[in-house]
Amino acid sequence: MNLVNLSALDLGLASALILALAAMSLWLSLGLERTLLINALRMTVQLLLVGLVLKVLFAHASLLWIALGAGFMLLVAGREVMARQQRRFSGAWGYGLGTLALTVPSLAIILLALVVLVRPVPWYEPQYAIPMFGMLLGNSMSGVAVGLDRLMQAAWQQRNVIEGQLLLGQTWDQAISELRHEAARAGMIPIINSMAAAGVVSLPGMMTGQILAGSPPTEAVKYQILIMFLIAANTGFATLGGVWLGSKRLFDERERLRLDRLRKVT
Amino acid sequence: MRGAFRRLVSFLRDNKAVLIVCRLKSVMLLEVRALQTEIFSHIDLELEASECVALTGPSGSGKTVLLRALADLDPNQGDVFLEGVSRQRFSPSIWRLKVAMVPAEPAWWGLRVRDHFPKDEVISMQLLGLPEKALDWEVARCSSGERQRLAILRALVRKPSVLLLDEPTANLDGSNRERVETLIASFRHAGGGVIWVTHDEVQAERVAQRRLQLEAGMLRETKKSAA
Repeated sequence: MNLVNLSALDLGLASALILALAAMSLWLSLGLERTLLINALRMTVQLLLVGLVLKVLFAHASLLWIALGAGFMLLVAGREVMARQQRRFSGAWGYGLGTLALTVPSLAIILLALVVLVRPVPWYEPQYAIPMFGMLLGNSMSGVAVGLDRLMQAAWQQRNVIEGQLLLGQTWDQAISELRHEAARAGMIPIINSMAAAGVVSLPGMMTGQILAGSPPTEAVKYQILIMFLIAANTGFATLGGVWLGSKRLFDERERLRLDRLRKVT
Repeated sequence: MRGAFRRLVSFLRDNKAVLIVCRLKSVMLLEVRALQTEIFSHIDLELEASECVALTGPSGSGKTVLLRALADLDPNQGDVFLEGVSRQRFSPSIWRLKVAMVPAEPAWWGLRVRDHFPKDEVISMQLLGLPEKALDWEVARCSSGERQRLAILRALVRKPSVLLLDEPTANLDGSNRERVETLIASFRHAGGGVIWVTHDEVQAERVAQRRLQLEAGMLRETKKSAA
């Protein structure tokens, strides 16, 4: 491992850049300095903590602990999906919808990746399982959140059109299908675009990290391609599943549009 | 006894000859029992074939809510029967085809008028005083009166049994109002039933055989029209 170790002094010097930016914000009265400093601090604490957690996890590589860690990540991701929707279902559906939509494809794909594709020994080796699961969830989370947010907003705004189609004898599935397509597209387009830009405009973080850690670039690239496939598939399946389930929940058993099941978050 | 009769009717409901016999035995076209929504607790209503009922009442009394409940567009409780068959036995989309509501402000989603009509259906525009090429018009270019008339037509071409009209002539001038009334009358004479929400007393008198008034959550019959 030919990684150059970073000292606390190195990090401190880098943080001085943030302080300089905060001073600039104060001088220009942008009003951003407080948020900037708090979030920089939050990022530092979160990452230091997660470093400690991962260290413990790597030392005790038991399936139980890794499953617990993965479950925790899923719950936080589900909460994040919920928080990013301006209108969401009230009650358990508000949280459950996004979490369920993320959980089903993410578990299937991470198992596929670990057991069939990468095959570390043991298959749940945390050095592979945890970072890969994190990358899957982080990207899919955005897709599901964007898709659901778009679906709920559109259903709210186009209530007349949906009900007009129901009144002409269309089923709930036909009446919502166009909005559902738009929502699914909105959720999936960013990850599709990021595949086009990968390597040309952006150097993906995982590949960069492996290269920094001393891996040969050709090996790092192979991992990056693999993870991009997994991320894109996971985002797509999670978005499609979430948008479909959400659109179904917008109607009741008599195929009435039930916008009263949504509540606006202020 | 009544339940056994309904079962018989639903068992034979595909057989048109039997349905005609049932009509002779005066099965109501539309029968509403103890309908309940958020704003009224108990509505009973009967509509015969070839009958038009005018529904009046102060604004906010729930006339639109009642029509939406009959079209099963909002949550509601109670029994509604079409020719003796409970609406629970219809799929929701078929129910809304049979008991068709035309809202006061109909929605349009396609670019052209044609997009809102069934494909391969011969549609006569002249009935409403519109040229045949009106099907190719862009919806956005139609006047509100034209849109109102087209909305009635797009409901009628789907051959409903009952038509629920929410102030269908509110945006129309005299001659176009007449065209709409004639069109609805011919639908009625072919056996259709109509519930017509209107503010216009004279119109209610003219188009309806019975008058119902909705006020404070109660539906009561005011008087039989002469027509």
